[in-house]
Amino acid sequence: MDLYEYQGRALFARHNVPVLDGGVATTTQEAVELAERLGDRVVVKAQVKVGGRGKAGGVKLADNVDEVKTHATNILGMDIKGHTVEKVMLTVTADIDEEYYFSYLLDRANRTFLCIASTAGGMEIEEVAHTAPEKVVKLPIDAGVGVTPEIANDIVSKAGFPEDLRDQLVDVFVKLWGAFVSEDATLVEVNPLVRTPEGKVLALDAKVTLDENADFRHPENAEFEDKSSVDPLEQRAKDSGLNYVKLDGSVGIIGNGAGLVMSTLDVVSYAGENHGGVKPANFLDIGGGASAAVMANGLEVVLSDPQVKSVFVNIFGGITACDEVARGILGALQTLADRGEDVTKPLVARIDGNNAEAGRQILAEANHPLITVVETMDAAADKAAELANKGA
Amino acid sequence: MAIFLNENSKVIVQGMTGSEGMKHTRRMLKAGTEIVGGVNPRKAGTKVDVDGVSLPVFASVAEAIAETGANTSVVFVPPAFCKAAVIEAIDAEIELAIVITEGIPVHDSVTFWNYAESKGNKTRIVGPNCPGIASPGKSNAGITPADITGTGPIGLVSKSGTLTYQLMYELRDLGFSTSVGIGGDPVIGTTHIDCLKAFEEDPETKAIVMIGEIGGDAEERAAEYIKNHVTKPVVGYIAGFTAPEGKTMGHAGAIISGSAGTAESKKEALEAAGVKVGKTPSETARLMREVIENL
Repeated sequence: MDLYEYQGRALFARHNVPVLDGGVATTTQEAVELAERLGDRVVVKAQVKVGGRGKAGGVKLADNVDEVKTHATNILGMDIKGHTVEKVMLTVTADIDEEYYFSYLLDRANRTFLCIASTAGGMEIEEVAHTAPEKVVKLPIDAGVGVTPEIANDIVSKAGFPEDLRDQLVDVFVKLWGAFVSEDATLVEVNPLVRTPEGKVLALDAKVTLDENADFRHPENAEFEDKSSVDPLEQRAKDSGLNYVKLDGSVGIIGNGAGLVMSTLDVVSYAGENHGGVKPANFLDIGGGASAAVMANGLEVVLSDPQVKSVFVNIFGGITACDEVARGILGALQTLADRGEDVTKPLVARIDGNNAEAGRQILAEANHPLITVVETMDAAADKAAELANKGA
Repeated sequence: MAIFLNENSKVIVQGMTGSEGMKHTRRMLKAGTEIVGGVNPRKAGTKVDVDGVSLPVFASVAEAIAETGANTSVVFVPPAFCKAAVIEAIDAEIELAIVITEGIPVHDSVTFWNYAESKGNKTRIVGPNCPGIASPGKSNAGITPADITGTGPIGLVSKSGTLTYQLMYELRDLGFSTSVGIGGDPVIGTTHIDCLKAFEEDPETKAIVMIGEIGGDAEERAAEYIKNHVTKPVVGYIAGFTAPEGKTMGHAGAIISGSAGTAESKKEALEAAGVKVGKTPSETARLMREVIENL
């Protein structure tokens, strides 16, 4: 889960990382009230989970409450790279002498953690990484040891940070590591980390990604979850424990196993090239079991997407035999009918694997008007794409 | 022969007495796996009857090894306790620990991997979040359906469970030496490269199927390895060509961020290493069939 800056800032504050005083507002009125508390000069920052908001006009300095009003009104509702701004963060201002870059992150390839630090921080850090890579230092962190004051000292030296800030930086790096580990983050990034004219070190931005697998250890972080920006169908699927991602096409997809479903999206897209360019409407993995109840929940979510014109159920019967899967599909349609859902969209089923013949036999005998059984994944994808194109 | 798991493997199950552990212990026994016991400190000293087979429950992996000579552990312990279970297996220096558990925090995976390294990597870790290893006709450790196919010349390594089953099914008349599900998490123990190396050295394996998916750069690194070290034919498949950027597709590791982790870059890297890459599972199976026919 990616956090908004204001959430990241709150998380930093929780771990005593120095940040500027501030708060968050969802309306111009709230922004004005917040500005009155914070004092004359404040920065108004759009809260979106995408980079480049400064360049898009989403970060503005306000010298008085009138300017706060103007900026908050302009920024709230603004579109930044497809993200609508729902909230603004206000902070007091700080004068900046120097800007640095600092982060801890998961290094998948080396199965460890990495520290990236640079004395050339700020908006152009990605440019710096390309043009002057020697200014960006990457140091692996031994997960068994972590970032001790000795290691933080080493980072200060290797990245070439100013000597007079050494003690403050060591303190900040150790605290950020504490936040990274104790919050189960996979990314903690500060850009910029700044030096003020008074020689004080401050974190002026906070980019944090938390590991959702670790949610059970962090009930207090549930408040960070932003249900308003989640697609309503995705939220509904999540509430039923389903792994669903909304996409833009018209062929609803249900399958078992993440890899097989990803593969199904590809095969349907290829098939769609011959049927008016139809594409998958969603990713939905109902897991290994593929029971009737789970199938019913899955079908309900997929069918409630108005863009869906046909549904492709692609199941490999491994642990669950195909005869059970076939009964699951029929049971799911019955369950939906019992719930009063009016199911009218055609459904193409491909079931293969353990006991496939028996499964297909069950579906053939049921002779359900909406179900077409097709033997192979490629042919089934073609049929589902054809039906979606006709239904469009 | 087969790799990592064979007819001499003696298997214990950590978390055997839980519902998933019990269900799959039963299935593994039925598949002919030599299961010698389970581990659960709270039920140590008791015996569990599984379809007429009486399996002892031990207090620790070390005790299970001492009593039974077990060399392989299959781990079904729930996410919150899984790190401790894997560290226990590493401490006991068991040869192979296969972690089936899904949903382990990545900090925990990094921690037990780091611990295994600090102990000299005496334990091979497979997973987490994987279907396990199947060496048809010899042993089956994990949740791979045992009745899809028999023994044969193909070695398979995959991030995804159901895609593994799909390819095994499509090539069921040819058979497999070993199928290794390495798991779809961002941080895993045994990698594509480890499996490629073992298949290259395994006389029973004549050709290799490698299944990858979007996210990370494991496939690109595997391609580099194949170019320099693998002489046996390799056929590849990558899932997720049409996946959008920034959306996690089921597996915690399956996400395209920026230009990194796309299926296209993985396919290009593999093809540059001489690997034939199928566009779909069926095309991949067809390519493998051609390879086997031309051996």
